[in-house]
Amino acid sequence: MSTFLGMPGPPASPDSDLTGTRPFPAAARDALGNSRLRRNLSNATGIIRGKRANVVGEVADWEELREAGAAIKASALARLPALLEQLEEQVTARGGVVHWARDADEANRIVVDLARAKDATEVVKVKSMATQEIALNEALEAAGITPIETDLAELIVQLAHDKPSHILVPAIHRGRAEIREIFLKRMPGLDPDLLTDEPAQLAAAARAYLREAFLRAKVAVSGANFGVAETGTLTVVESEGNGRMCLTLPETLITVMGIEKVLPTWRDLEVFLQLLPRSSTGERMNPYTSTWTGITPGDGPQEFHLVLLDNGRTRVLADPDGRSALHCIRCSACLNVCPVYERTGGHAYGSVYPGPIGAILSPQLTGMTGDSPNDSLPYASSLCGACEEVCPVKIPIPAQLVRLRAEHTEAHADSHRIPSPEAASMRAAAWIMKDAKRFARAGRSARLSRRGMRRGRPAIPLPPPLSGWVASRDVPDLPDETFREWWARTRGDRS
Amino acid sequence: MSARDEVLRRVRDALGPDAVAPEAPRTYATTGSLTAAERVDLLVDRLVDYRAAVVDARDGGVAAALRSVLPQGQVLHAPGLPQDWLPGGTEPDDGTPGPRELDTIAGVVTGSVTAIALTGTIVLDGSPLCGRRSLSLVPDLHVCIVRTQDIVETVPEGLARLEPTRPLTLISGPSATSDIELNRVEGVHGPRTLIVVLV
Repeated sequence: MSTFLGMPGPPASPDSDLTGTRPFPAAARDALGNSRLRRNLSNATGIIRGKRANVVGEVADWEELREAGAAIKASALARLPALLEQLEEQVTARGGVVHWARDADEANRIVVDLARAKDATEVVKVKSMATQEIALNEALEAAGITPIETDLAELIVQLAHDKPSHILVPAIHRGRAEIREIFLKRMPGLDPDLLTDEPAQLAAAARAYLREAFLRAKVAVSGANFGVAETGTLTVVESEGNGRMCLTLPETLITVMGIEKVLPTWRDLEVFLQLLPRSSTGERMNPYTSTWTGITPGDGPQEFHLVLLDNGRTRVLADPDGRSALHCIRCSACLNVCPVYERTGGHAYGSVYPGPIGAILSPQLTGMTGDSPNDSLPYASSLCGACEEVCPVKIPIPAQLVRLRAEHTEAHADSHRIPSPEAASMRAAAWIMKDAKRFARAGRSARLSRRGMRRGRPAIPLPPPLSGWVASRDVPDLPDETFREWWARTRGDRS
Repeated sequence: MSARDEVLRRVRDALGPDAVAPEAPRTYATTGSLTAAERVDLLVDRLVDYRAAVVDARDGGVAAALRSVLPQGQVLHAPGLPQDWLPGGTEPDDGTPGPRELDTIAGVVTGSVTAIALTGTIVLDGSPLCGRRSLSLVPDLHVCIVRTQDIVETVPEGLARLEPTRPLTLISGPSATSDIELNRVEGVHGPRTLIVVLV
């Protein structure tokens, strides 16, 4: 089914944070039982959906911007080898050092070695999906280097020894009272009698806690929203100023960027700096956007390293139908409109990339084996299509989900001698439907099953796999006669 | 094979020989239609919406306007600010104070190179007029001077005016977070107070 024209690269490192321990349905069932989680999520996604709709609605040329965004990304991917070389050349010409990482393990080694060379015992971090994906924090900790997350939500997640559950707001699953509890437990010097759960007070506590870390930091690690090949310019888009702190104050800056983040020209930013803030936080522009090109004497870090990361991206790139998943600019608009995400939250997806985009990106980065928990992700959708409508770079997420389902069915068939119950029943249905007489007979005999039904539920417990199907669905009432019988009765033989 | 060569080889192999790079359609709006006065009004509206304070010094009294908003205590200014804007009592940044010294300063005054009205964005480019990046970051009060002739309407117009290889900071209101139940809270790590002076 998958139409690889090119030769796919290898999948992401198994140590990447891209696969959960359980398939989506099992993880989702637990999440659905957590009423506080559902309340937090429904509240938060509702607010952000409204904000996005308002600021997108006021842009008359939004559709033209989306068209341009999609085309620029497609064009950049098609010219990726030349653009990566150009980016490297420009960054190097302006005093930066470019490193290449085949996978997560290699990227982690590069960052750890660079931090060690600076005798750093800690690094400050800007929120970054790429470093989440490669599990850099775990690698740093194993090397005795403390990573300090400086984005407020990321800090909440780190202090609670939790996992992020949203691309933009990693602590979206936490309410203010929980956040207050986490801060009181983990931040030294807070007075429980004075600290309320007012967001302003909690933000002030985080400011005080992190300020000292910023002032003493020698090494910072960031991701990048965009890397402009033409000029060698890297970009970080943020709100709190923690990004500016990390990009400006330490002597050494290490940026980990997926190879798909390259844009051809400086001018291309004019499209994405309009699409991204309105799609993600629902603002006309985010409070701070920083760009830097190599190093600037007397201003900011005097040592800059750029780590270009593959980790499964060349696997995705080889499939012309799946490639557009690499257009993603990590705005998270698709999460906020997804009826499945809104109910299960991000943890159920098992990957750092949750929601609709995660459901197509994670299985493509890791590959579907027939037995991986990621095999279940393409099914974590009702195919309602809301994600594609809001996607600022027009990724056809529902079509990709359907395609990945087909790919998974094939992978399952290849890796199992006995066909799945679904495949067996489909084969039986095909046999029946191929012959008119057999089909008529089957319709008549289906009527017999009505006796076994009570108000849409089976009168006796069904064996698996049917029990699984009826667990969350009513069986439709079967009519007294089949269509064929009705036709024969009312039209006689006027066929 | 080096990691560099291998990643590049993988990318070439993945794309195959026939990858087509589509031309990006640039049918979106690149220029605005407002008059100069309307651009100023729109910028002020957006800035106030972001809860930045706006002081109008277009009648010429820049120094007086600055004097009225500057706090007690030590105030640094970007070294390239025109002398006749300065109210006296502020010191030029000579590039030596480190983060810890900057953290003890009451406020800073900088210029700017461009402002985008539609999004309420002010751009600093690390030039002597704007100062180095840490100057407008660490102190808690940032007074930023915007010349009305630098105000454009749209994001494309704004970016076209910039020199990409300079260290750029695009500021749209004071530091803010929405990480707690998506409630917007102003003032996290960047300056908690942003005062824009129009000249």
